[in-house]
Amino acid sequence: MRFNRIGTAAVGLGLATALVLTGCAAEDDTASTSAEGIITTNGSEPQNPLVTTNTTEVGGGKILTSIYAGLVSYDAAGEISNEVAESLETDDSITWTVTLKDGWTFTNGEAVTASSFVNAWNYGALITNAQSSSYFFDNIVGYTDVNAMIDDPAGTLDEDGSVLQVPAPTAETMSGLTVVDDQTFTVELVAAEADWPLRLGYTAYMPLPEVAFEDMEAFGENPIGNGPYMLDGEGAWEHDIDIDLVANPDYAGERVPANEGVTMRFYATLDAAYADMQGGNLDVLDAVPDSAFETYETEFDGRTANQPAAVFQAINIPQYLEHWTGEEGELRRAAISRAINRDEITEFIFQGTRTPATDFTSPVIDGYSDELEGAEVLEYDADIAADLWAQADAIAPYGDTVFDIAYNSDGGHQAWVDAATQSISNALGITAQGKPYPTFADALTDRAAGTLTGATRAGWQADYPSLYNFLAPNYQTGAGSNYEGYSSEEFDNLLDEGSVAPDVETATGFYQDAQEVLLKDLPTIPLWYANVNGVWGDQVDNVVFGWDSVPLYDEITKG
Amino acid sequence: MWGYVGRRLLQLIPVFFGATFLIYFMVFSLPGDPIAALFGERPPPEAVIQTIREQYHLNDPFIVQYFYYVGGILTGDLGTTYSGRPVSDLLVQAFPITFRLAMLALAFEAIAGILLGLIAGLRKGKFFDGSALVVSLLLISVPTFVLGFILQYVFAIQLGWFRTTVSAGAPLGDLVLPALVLASVSFAYIVRLTRASVSDNLGADFVRTATAKGLSRRRVVSVHILRNSLIPVVTFLGVDVGALMVGAIVTEGIFNINGVGGTVYQAVTRGEGPTVVSFVAVMVIIYMLANLLVDLLYAALDPRIRLAK
Repeated sequence: MRFNRIGTAAVGLGLATALVLTGCAAEDDTASTSAEGIITTNGSEPQNPLVTTNTTEVGGGKILTSIYAGLVSYDAAGEISNEVAESLETDDSITWTVTLKDGWTFTNGEAVTASSFVNAWNYGALITNAQSSSYFFDNIVGYTDVNAMIDDPAGTLDEDGSVLQVPAPTAETMSGLTVVDDQTFTVELVAAEADWPLRLGYTAYMPLPEVAFEDMEAFGENPIGNGPYMLDGEGAWEHDIDIDLVANPDYAGERVPANEGVTMRFYATLDAAYADMQGGNLDVLDAVPDSAFETYETEFDGRTANQPAAVFQAINIPQYLEHWTGEEGELRRAAISRAINRDEITEFIFQGTRTPATDFTSPVIDGYSDELEGAEVLEYDADIAADLWAQADAIAPYGDTVFDIAYNSDGGHQAWVDAATQSISNALGITAQGKPYPTFADALTDRAAGTLTGATRAGWQADYPSLYNFLAPNYQTGAGSNYEGYSSEEFDNLLDEGSVAPDVETATGFYQDAQEVLLKDLPTIPLWYANVNGVWGDQVDNVVFGWDSVPLYDEITKG
Repeated sequence: MWGYVGRRLLQLIPVFFGATFLIYFMVFSLPGDPIAALFGERPPPEAVIQTIREQYHLNDPFIVQYFYYVGGILTGDLGTTYSGRPVSDLLVQAFPITFRLAMLALAFEAIAGILLGLIAGLRKGKFFDGSALVVSLLLISVPTFVLGFILQYVFAIQLGWFRTTVSAGAPLGDLVLPALVLASVSFAYIVRLTRASVSDNLGADFVRTATAKGLSRRRVVSVHILRNSLIPVVTFLGVDVGALMVGAIVTEGIFNINGVGGTVYQAVTRGEGPTVVSFVAVMVIIYMLANLLVDLLYAALDPRIRLAK
């Protein structure tokens, strides 16, 4: 069979043209225009529908804190003030009576009542809803009835290889939450917790309107809140593109926006966001890509921020490794800590965008101290390091085992891991090297299974501004993120005493004592605090970064 | 011809199942627990993880998971991402954008590449030929991300001719710059290919005959030389359609385009089987259709080629 050549070519060409044209026809006209008074800033596509109890990542978190108001809110320094709460009262730090202010409504007109909080919290805790923030309610009486724990951090499989069944909940709601009347509810905690109110500004504790419980997933696409901003109508969230927030005229709190709204554009890479900043398409950028560390302060002169954030970074050395326990382990851990030149790495690798650590929390947290007893172990001194290592070798020789630091190579960690291992090798005369895993998931598998061959990088970003939030999840015996198996009775007791302390100052004292225990045992070697680096354009003023590294959007003025 | 086309289309079916099976298996074999990684350093209670794992059938053996997926496809359900969005939404969102970008790039590289290659081939050894060689070698050797950042910096940030990144909805005007970046390497190859092919054909018998027949230079070049020289170029373009559609990860990242490359990359790092497989399956189909088109074009371009009955 022979082709009509010209004909086929014409068909081919026509087809191609048609394809291009249909492609063009799919355009829409929502090209972001920076409207008067609307702040444009960077964001990232929320991982889940915008549900308060199912959002633990930054992208969704900063949207939710803008569109919801909780019992308390945080100022730039992380200090709390009552927002929807009129008062939070307790005699024993166990039973709390929460009274709400009058006049708060959701943007659909529904009043914010005690049930709005209690129902939302019960929803978040119930296991069948599989909410990622459910553990925030684990200190409320009745939690174990709605969310039974499986006490096997490593396994999803039983010993014989069969899959563990999730125990069915024996109740739908937590008995510790009681609605007294529309404006009042009581909360009974499992154990005393003096700084419990500190956590109530976190997204998991926001109230939800009735309509949410009809279909939570659909609600999460167009959430209705009571915060300073609200979604700009149905479909304001364009997946993978942006979300449009406008000022909520009915907002009854202190965070009244000084602008008309915020549009968050979602970026897959920081470099693209930074380019948009340079091109004048963005007003505020709350992070700076590595490639611009050296230049951003000259390029955006006077319109930059570089301050410590509530992000703690460290390397953990597992408790299950030979040579790293007991007196020998203590000496070796101190030696490693002394062998890492934090000043040099933060200055040369990170261009001053990290701050060397002096404790296990962060300078933005109330109660932070750079004068803890024993904190000198975090200062670089190669001679002392070598000496400590020699003392440990006298107990049991280390031999020529390689000291490796596990990290995920998709997170930009290689540069500092290489620098740190170099620093360790030089000071101690051992072979130290990085051990890259392709992805975070992959690295986590070995950590969770307790099969690391050496140290691992670790990090923690606070959910709410409290020392306890840095210490308990990471170092308490059996805690969720305590993968490396640290366990110290002394430390656990101090944490417990801190949480039952009558007031926050006393509690802080206990938490600082607890950190001094950590400085001795060094389950983790503190490295540095990440800084928040931000830039903003000349269209906007009054850009202040909060304790959680997110700008206080409501205070920004434009034009 | 239609019988041939029909048979080729039938071949899509086994290829589709083979490809999805293999890819599903590869995603399944990725190390690490995707659900645990969703939560970063702060794991939720084990019970929550278990509940989510069961929702996504992650506790079942590979073959069962695969059949859940295939069963879904047959009922028009491509599955959901771990964030609960239907994969079909992602497909509808990402493919038109990437498709537009790829077609724009293809148009750039085909038109400019063939034109330059033709001129270079006809003026072999002259100044134009030499400069075309230098430019194409330069484009081949400069990595895409370098070129991307340079073009973005010069034309968008400094000169302000284009938007720095592609705005919502990816209008065609915004895609010009990324399409140029994406087309650059292939453009250089096409210039080289066309030039070599044209200069070969210049000395061919049929060209001499055509000239001796007294045909105009214009007709000799356009009908006899160019058309016969296009066969290797068309082959390359056909293969390149696939490469342009998937290989745009870097360009998509620089210009913040929500296309196929970035979506698949993220899905792979998250271990999101249904997303990866659905996207790759669509890409396999596009690839095969492009190759079918290429085979049809062969016959149109070269009278000596017959399609098998």
